[in-house]
Amino acid sequence: MRQLGLGVALLAAVTAAACSGSSQPPASQSSGAAGSARGAAQITGAGATFPNPLYSKWFSDYNKLHPNVEINYQSQGSGAGIRQLISRTVFFGATDGPMTDEQLKAASDRILHFPTVLGAVVPVYNLPNFSGEMKVSGPVLAEIILGNIKKWNDPALAKLNPGVTLPATDITVVHRSDGSGTTFIWVDYLSKVSPAFKSKVGVDTSVSWPVGVGGKGNEGVAGLVRQTPGALGYVESIYAQQNKIAYAAVENSAGAFVKASVDSVTAAAAGAAAQLPDDFRVSITNAPGADAYPIASFTWILLYENPENKAHATVMVDFLKWALTDGQASARELGYAALPRAVVDKEMIALQKIRLQ
Amino acid sequence: MALPFVKGRSDELIFRGGTGVFAVVLIALVAAIGVELYRQSLLSIREFGWQFWLTDTWDPVAGQFGARPFIWGTLYSSILALIIATPIALGIAIYISELAPVRLRRPLVFLTELLAAIPSIVYGLWGIFVLVPIVRQFEIATPEWLKGVPLFTGPPLGVGMLAAALILSIMVIPFTSSVAREVLKAVPQAQREGAYALGATPWEAIRMALFYARTGIIGAVMLGFGRALGETMAVTMVIGNNPQITWSLYAPQYTMSAVLANEFAEAAGDLYLHALVEMGLVLFVITLIINVISRSFIWSMARQKQSRLVKTAAIKAAA
Repeated sequence: MRQLGLGVALLAAVTAAACSGSSQPPASQSSGAAGSARGAAQITGAGATFPNPLYSKWFSDYNKLHPNVEINYQSQGSGAGIRQLISRTVFFGATDGPMTDEQLKAASDRILHFPTVLGAVVPVYNLPNFSGEMKVSGPVLAEIILGNIKKWNDPALAKLNPGVTLPATDITVVHRSDGSGTTFIWVDYLSKVSPAFKSKVGVDTSVSWPVGVGGKGNEGVAGLVRQTPGALGYVESIYAQQNKIAYAAVENSAGAFVKASVDSVTAAAAGAAAQLPDDFRVSITNAPGADAYPIASFTWILLYENPENKAHATVMVDFLKWALTDGQASARELGYAALPRAVVDKEMIALQKIRLQ
Repeated sequence: MALPFVKGRSDELIFRGGTGVFAVVLIALVAAIGVELYRQSLLSIREFGWQFWLTDTWDPVAGQFGARPFIWGTLYSSILALIIATPIALGIAIYISELAPVRLRRPLVFLTELLAAIPSIVYGLWGIFVLVPIVRQFEIATPEWLKGVPLFTGPPLGVGMLAAALILSIMVIPFTSSVAREVLKAVPQAQREGAYALGATPWEAIRMALFYARTGIIGAVMLGFGRALGETMAVTMVIGNNPQITWSLYAPQYTMSAVLANEFAEAAGDLYLHALVEMGLVLFVITLIINVISRSFIWSMARQKQSRLVKTAAIKAAA
């Protein structure tokens, strides 16, 4: 595994060297640490793809404020980010699902989680001749995904959508074929609301699906849903909104039907903030609160508590402080839900745990 | 047929040594890939043994990994692609090398080779947006009496084995037809002239040329097969990615390379990663086996030809 990580890093280094196309010898790429004495820092990170558009904007904005700091982020997936952080190929990681106890144990030192922003997953569907707003509940969604509810006019769905006629179309279940944080959030929610789903499928970035077809990436799932009459799938809320795909309102733990929006997702985090553990490793699906959208999650940046490179650590702590305050505005612009105040306050205290000396 | 070695010439020595090193590097590389795949999949090999090849569950949550549906999907889709692509590719090759007017040849060659230059992700996108809807219409139009046949069962999803086999066959055609064309070109002109001199029609003369070139043509087909086995991106975009073993062309299925591409980046557990690498090892071994079989098949055919030639020579000498 270490070799694999190393290989990826080597490749990355070569690509970086090739891309920069400068006359500098490649050695200077890796001697960013030495250069930091003069105030220049090059920090690399890898991980989740979901927050990548936002992270790219953050790193470039931060670079404008601090021209001597360059943060490189490779969105290779949460799993790859965690692996490379454990093998110390990258300075920081990023993930859509919190690291498991096992993964934390595999690391040579303590790793801390810092929520940066919120994401949501929405059930998307394709029902020609249906113009109303679909309402679903967690248990009904779970039964559909398990293959127990097979038609759109099933009594369970009809009960949630009084006053509208649902067609007798077969439901084609669509899921992500690639491992993904989006899948993690989706199955995490379904497992919370349905014991049957929890025992038959469970929670991971890839799971064994009882029925349905797999599409690669948000675009693959959206493509299949769009083309298949009667399809039901799931994509990131930002993707559904930008591409104007119909998505359903989901019944939350308070019994209200809520559509995903930056406000309802922030409300979910606020609802969960009351019981936020000190390590921030928490799932906020099915969160309490009348306005809370139930299929939401934090996305995290991962840092070592006692990093080897103190100069880089100082920069990352400063960056996170900026991202958690000023940076949250650009999150909203890009469609990500901002963190609630209570979470930011708690993180500011937690950031002091990182040993900078 | 080693070249005569000229003593005392350093440039000769460097030339010989250099090319030798390159040849060895290639072999070493293949061996290193095999060894590394084995090393990185030890956990999974120890845990599942041969069961990895023989079981159907692929459940990262429960830590249960079996490759059989993926092996099935890979072989089934590649064989289907071969069945569709081979006649078309050979038709193209024969037309270009034997029948087409000279000024048509160049554009035809260019166009078939252009197919090979299209990146597979582009094939995949074309598959999703153009091919899959057509396949779905076709599946919806399946007549009732056909629906009982195991090949045509299941709901009309569009994505599935049929779409994957079709896209694979399109991707394979340029490879098979280019090599087959080169092979036909290598058939000595005297063979054809001889056939015509004996009063053969064009069809008979071409059949003779095909027979003469059969080892090379089988090689061309196997090259296409190898390409189909390893194709990843276009297949995963249209095959539906559902690991199951079924004859149905309409059913979504899964291939080994597709699951690697899909799940490797996010795989976090050690056993999960090792199982994925073992999937790579299985694919490596299967490709190796198929190559060895086709090679030995070609060799044995070549030997037969040689022995027949020797026999005829002997008969002639005796006469």
